[in-house]
Amino acid sequence: MLTILFDGVAYGMLLFILACGLTVTLGLMNFINLAHGAFAMTGGYVTVVMMNRYGISFYWCLPAAFLITAILGLILERTLYQWLYRADHLDQVLFSIGIVFMAVAGADYFMGGQQQLINLPPELSGRMDVFGVGIGRYRLFTIVICAVLALALQLILSKTRFGSRLRAAVDDRRVAMGLGINVPVVFALTFAFGSGLAGLGGAMGAEILGLEPNFPLKFMIYFLIVVSVGGTSTVSGPFLAAMLLGVADVAGKYYVPAIGPFVIYALMIIMLILRPNGLFSRGAGR
Amino acid sequence: MLKGLLLGVAGLAMTLTNAVPVFAQEVVKVGLILPMTGPFASTGRQVSAGAKAFIAAKGDTAGGKKIELIIRDDGGVADQTRRIAQELVVNEGTKVLAGFGLTPLAMAVAPVATQAKIPTVVMAAGTAAITKASPFITRTSGTLPQYSVPVGTWASQNGIKKVVTLVSDYGPGVDAEKWFTKEFKAKGGEIAEAVRIPLQNPDFAPFLQRVRDAKPDAVFVFLPSGVGSLFMKQFADRGLADAGIKLIATGDVTDDDILNSMGKPAIGTITGHFYATSHDSPENKAYVEAFEKANNKMRPNFMSVGGYDGMALIYNALEKTKGDASGPAFMEAVKGLSWTSPRGPVSIDPETRDIIQNIYIREVKEVNGQLHNVEFQTFSALKDPEKAEAK
Repeated sequence: MLTILFDGVAYGMLLFILACGLTVTLGLMNFINLAHGAFAMTGGYVTVVMMNRYGISFYWCLPAAFLITAILGLILERTLYQWLYRADHLDQVLFSIGIVFMAVAGADYFMGGQQQLINLPPELSGRMDVFGVGIGRYRLFTIVICAVLALALQLILSKTRFGSRLRAAVDDRRVAMGLGINVPVVFALTFAFGSGLAGLGGAMGAEILGLEPNFPLKFMIYFLIVVSVGGTSTVSGPFLAAMLLGVADVAGKYYVPAIGPFVIYALMIIMLILRPNGLFSRGAGR
Repeated sequence: MLKGLLLGVAGLAMTLTNAVPVFAQEVVKVGLILPMTGPFASTGRQVSAGAKAFIAAKGDTAGGKKIELIIRDDGGVADQTRRIAQELVVNEGTKVLAGFGLTPLAMAVAPVATQAKIPTVVMAAGTAAITKASPFITRTSGTLPQYSVPVGTWASQNGIKKVVTLVSDYGPGVDAEKWFTKEFKAKGGEIAEAVRIPLQNPDFAPFLQRVRDAKPDAVFVFLPSGVGSLFMKQFADRGLADAGIKLIATGDVTDDDILNSMGKPAIGTITGHFYATSHDSPENKAYVEAFEKANNKMRPNFMSVGGYDGMALIYNALEKTKGDASGPAFMEAVKGLSWTSPRGPVSIDPETRDIIQNIYIREVKEVNGQLHNVEFQTFSALKDPEKAEAK
């Protein structure tokens, strides 16, 4: 029972890291970026290449996955995304889904279509028993990293100067610019940071979720569920939503395997009926 | 309407241009439809490489005709497979269709094969019912029941009493579950639980935990090959092996192409299948050598052999008909064909048009620093049990 809860939390944490970048772009920058999964996949492939081709330690791969994906995000934001901030949502969707397909084809071309595997350092593999509860070491590692990141993210957004600038830029772009906030720079950094988080999520998820060229399409639906259930105005909303979905998914598949895969969708529908703007919305949009 | 008209015109133009030049040697076009992109791209790569290896080894003429291979990508999507099959038959004048990575893809083509009387060689898909879908379908891979039953026999003979089955929830998975269970129960075994995993499943944790909590002697697994590697890692991570649960599976899980990347956790897995790269025979030695040379050291797996033997079947049938590739004549020739494949002796069942072959029980072992499926027991000349029973 507790093992199931633990697995669910680990899975939820992973979903959160993968999806929280999307919360930032979607909620704060008001940009529908379906290509988010492509950044996650990039992070995963960075890790695979570094570990399997160059034998670099897994611990170094994680920050590298974050940095490289963030830089890629920054480049794409400056060259492509920034022109679409004011476009309507349909254009954004078409544009970003195009990027997804290009990323899928690109990954297939360069890396091949097979599942990529990484070999974790021995201290992270296997499991241990704590008071009779079986705990996977890697899952524990995932939970710790993700919890720290979630906390840091919340603090950055609510307490730092950058966080308030970002929120100001989102609330009213013109006034914020009038007050001397360099909105394009704020947006670019935010976008890069969100992409980096996705890359980190992809790197950490390679072990649990697998990694192949269809990753962005396969997980797009999960990201969107997390963001739509959690709402896009806070970090804690998606965090709780991801937890809830992770636990519900794992428990559903354990206790009622026959209908397990439907549990999270049922949950999503109920949530959206009860709280159409997400778990913690600031009331109906702006 | 307009599209149909255009297609018609294009078709007409094609037949006209085809009719004009008369070559000294006639060409038989073989349309190979495979998932070359998408999640099942590795199937397409292996099968097409196997088919090409056959042509490279045996030349490009059979029954006095020149064989021309046309490879098309369906991306693993059934309606694409069907559209491509129609195009190949109508526009390209393809005489034989082959390939088909997955059951639904093969099923989608069955009506085309029946209507156009086109011989269709299934080289990978493994659900038993496929050959029943059209009298023009034959197969050179194998069927899930065919290689699930021997695993059940082996398990019951080797002290395994209680098993949980864990399969992907689609055609082949259900086939594997049904036939393993049947055989294992008939031999006095007990199935503690039957778990089915959705095809698009990201995390195996809950299912594996369920297996662990049921405390069986072994878990019988069927998963499509790519997913198998991920499963293997989580199987080890969850400590199922330490809890005394043995992993037995169909050979799809320990696919030779990716077996090495699974690493240590895979060692000791017992699987049943029709081909292993390490199969000990002169035919296979030559095949593996030529294949690895032509494909940048890629290991040939069971799918590649399906492709190789598919071409062998087409060549043998054409020799027998003296180059007549018309549906009824070709299919008549296919029935009862037999030859020595890299996997061992194979033949085509005259009644079901399905393959009869040896099934090997193998154990994953480290050989010269590489992981291999090492065969240690042979079940000779097995027919597909599902169609054998239906009679």
